[in-house]
Amino acid sequence: MSEWVRVQTEDFDLSTEVARLRAGRADIGAVVTFVGTVRDINQGDTVATLELEHYPGMTEKALNEIRDEAHRRWHLENSLIIHRVGPLQPQDQIVLVATASRHRQDAFEAAQFIMDYLKTRAPFWKKEQTPDGPRWVDARDSDRAAAERWSQ
Amino acid sequence: MNVNILYFASLREQLGTAQETLTTEAATVGALLEELCSRGPQWQQALCDNPHLQMAVDQTVAHRDTSLRDGAEVAFFPPVTGG
Repeated sequence: MSEWVRVQTEDFDLSTEVARLRAGRADIGAVVTFVGTVRDINQGDTVATLELEHYPGMTEKALNEIRDEAHRRWHLENSLIIHRVGPLQPQDQIVLVATASRHRQDAFEAAQFIMDYLKTRAPFWKKEQTPDGPRWVDARDSDRAAAERWSQ
Repeated sequence: MNVNILYFASLREQLGTAQETLTTEAATVGALLEELCSRGPQWQQALCDNPHLQMAVDQTVAHRDTSLRDGAEVAFFPPVTGG
């Protein structure tokens, strides 16, 4: 697994990760971070726990490709993607995307791009435990639309 | 030739299997799918009648016309929902 793409069961600490991303880099003038967290309600139902399954090997490959593409499209000094797998509870952190650039626009846009592509291209699947039993989360059209705007 | 087939998430549960090694003459993913779906209605429903089916060969997104090689890793899965 690359230093800047991690798939892990453990939680992460935002400050620690941002410090690592910026370490020794005086050329960085902007850092944008996105943290995705587990909601306790989805499509009107209470979510007790969330299980994240992934495709080991392809997941890391897909995330590295998305990261490389972001570095091709924007002027980034560095970036980091962390995605958790396994059982998670409401309020837990799921995903961290951090982008660092000289000026803010590159970091803002690249962070959005990475998240939009991650949601539609990286092989993760969410399974929710609800009062009616377990169910696999359906892919959303809005996520597909968000990813498609980057190919226009 | 032999291919290693992986099933993920809801497909894994529907088919009751996560992985199998299959000896096949299928030259493409599409031909492999036809072979798998001939196993019965459960396979037909989960794979061939599934308009949302996603597939990968050697950990790269693939399509029905993607060709197979001996030792290929083929994966079938539903649309992804991470993030």
